[in-house]
Amino acid sequence: MYVYDEHDRQMAAERVAQFRDQTERALAGELAEDEFLPLRLQNGLYVQRLAPMLRICVPYGMMRSDQLRRLARITRDYDKGYAHFTTRQNVQLNWPALEDVPDILAELAEVEMHANQTSGNCIRNTTTDQFSGVQSDEIADPRPYCEIIRQWSTFHPEFAFLPRKFKVAVNASEHTDRAAIQVHDIGLQMVRNEAGELGFRVHVGGGLGRTPMVGPVIREFLPELDLLTYLEAVLRVYNRYGRRDNKFKARIKILVKALTPEGFAEKVEAEWQHIKDSPTRLTPDAVQRIQAYFTEPDYAALENATDLLGSQRFENRGFDQWLTHNVDTHKKPGYAIVTLTMKKTGTPPGDVSDKQLEQIADLADEFSFGEIRVTHQQNVVLADVRQDRLFELWQAITPMGFGTANLNTLTDVICCPGGDYCALANAKSIPVAEAIQRQFDDLDYLYDLGNIDLNISGCMNACGHHHVGNIGVLGVDKKGEEFYQISLGGSSHHDASIGKILGPSFARDEMPQVISKIIDVYVDKRTEEETFLDTYRRVGIDPFKERVYA
Amino acid sequence: MPNVISPDGSIRQDNWVVVPRPAEGESLDIPADHPALIPADLWLAGYEHFTGRKDIGVWFDSHDEPEILEGHVNELPVIAVNFPKFSDGRGYSIGRLLRERFGYKNELRAIGDVLLDQLQFMKRCGFDAYVLRADKDITKAQKCLNFFSQGYQAATDTDIPLFRRRAS
Repeated sequence: MYVYDEHDRQMAAERVAQFRDQTERALAGELAEDEFLPLRLQNGLYVQRLAPMLRICVPYGMMRSDQLRRLARITRDYDKGYAHFTTRQNVQLNWPALEDVPDILAELAEVEMHANQTSGNCIRNTTTDQFSGVQSDEIADPRPYCEIIRQWSTFHPEFAFLPRKFKVAVNASEHTDRAAIQVHDIGLQMVRNEAGELGFRVHVGGGLGRTPMVGPVIREFLPELDLLTYLEAVLRVYNRYGRRDNKFKARIKILVKALTPEGFAEKVEAEWQHIKDSPTRLTPDAVQRIQAYFTEPDYAALENATDLLGSQRFENRGFDQWLTHNVDTHKKPGYAIVTLTMKKTGTPPGDVSDKQLEQIADLADEFSFGEIRVTHQQNVVLADVRQDRLFELWQAITPMGFGTANLNTLTDVICCPGGDYCALANAKSIPVAEAIQRQFDDLDYLYDLGNIDLNISGCMNACGHHHVGNIGVLGVDKKGEEFYQISLGGSSHHDASIGKILGPSFARDEMPQVISKIIDVYVDKRTEEETFLDTYRRVGIDPFKERVYA
Repeated sequence: MPNVISPDGSIRQDNWVVVPRPAEGESLDIPADHPALIPADLWLAGYEHFTGRKDIGVWFDSHDEPEILEGHVNELPVIAVNFPKFSDGRGYSIGRLLRERFGYKNELRAIGDVLLDQLQFMKRCGFDAYVLRADKDITKAQKCLNFFSQGYQAATDTDIPLFRRRAS
């Protein structure tokens, strides 16, 4: 994992001092509310329904145990003793006081954390696959490139006041996209060209929100070392020509659509020709220097523990289910990737208490070289667990509430904080997630249904990624009442697609029944091998419509 | 007479005036006794008349294209870029293009909705004169220009990004 050097530490400390000064000027009335707004947003600070909300950056989802413990302490000392994992691999505090935020940032800086650019019209946290570096089918470890992008984008002087927010995601697996890159402003897919050289396929102009779009490819192959100059060219074209007259048309996707992907690509290429050989071009040495932070941990030479696991799962059905659903194959023999699910029914998806943060830190130290990854599905990954200790781990996490064996099933809901916390929301989202989780409480039935992405957003801003849920739920406001609109057929994976709206929206108490009807149609229509999405794509939306609105 | 902030935070006064774009059918109202900044396209339109004059500079609005002055930038004593609203970031790109692409050497001035917290970015993007919005406390400019002792990226102020400095 990346470790700060003296340059990073110095800039982090300088940033804390700067934000302290900005906060003091705001509290002294020297900054008007609209003048302080972008300054606090660029530091992750929203003013919310009940209190400010502070979004803390977790670069590409990676955290060390000492950082988790510091977060736990901060939630106790400055907040109400819990935090929330977001759909962009970050962490949010729901109750900090504005005047405390500089002190919180100082505490974060001590453990190499910050809240830079977690909001506002600037380049946000770069996200990636939570299985990076431990899966066998990746082109290369994407994390060094995420870190390179993090450094380039941090306090970039030209791109601090973009037309709108800007999100970059990187994926390296050949077969799976766990980073949802095609619904990002820039999605980078690592590839090798025919000569075997490393590079990126560049998607630009994907996004959710009011106008959801799958990002078209604007460059099939960008050589590795050209990464930053090309990003700079894309951002410069966007900064100059993106719309600023209408906030709802200001994302880069609107510009790409207006110019057409080909027209946009031409503009970027023309700009890039001027700067591609500038000193911003990466050097092999610079890439290797960052890659050296992401070397393999000190793995033991092991065999796969197939027999041991076989007998353990034979004796314990709960362990068997958990192993099947929440544990993934590791590239090293004898190791496994474990996902701790933060989706226990009755707990808002992604919420963790201070105690749980400390428990996760202890688990990381005990079982996984002291590191964790936050996933965009709001779960936590222990990436390097010995197979012969899986049973012990499972026994430890079950009472903690991290062992619900529902990963990737219908009840592994992605859900924004919604109207319970967020000032932007039109409707609550957490109670809908909970009602659906209660409706589908039979694990065997969930397993029979297979992988289904159910994503819930409390408003058009789509923090819950509802457009790319196989089943998406969007909270809407109708004359002051909360209603929920359903879309079907979305996907955030390699086969990315935007869901189609089913029809008129429903009241909250109707939602579990409506979801049940949708599931029933799938169960009736599916062939043996089909997932929910497969069946939907084959039969279309009409059978679902007929059943739900019958 | 505007107070002009320099990159080191010092303050001086000068008497450049910004001449607004004339309404349709009207002509430029250039003051006789002050040096003046006129819209860049109008300077180009009156090139024969204006070039070489030490008392005439130009200004760009944030949606203007600095490309129109390519090849002529160093004929101007001052180029200003207007930030119509502090949240409009186009001027930073204009600054870098003028400096890094077109090789502009003389004064590059930020005008308009210029607030204290933009100064650090303007400085890195090649601006070396800042006219702070009048209601802001100009004595804080020096502090706000100097929160950071370095940056990660190459920009106009340095063409050596941190990853190259680390290597050396």
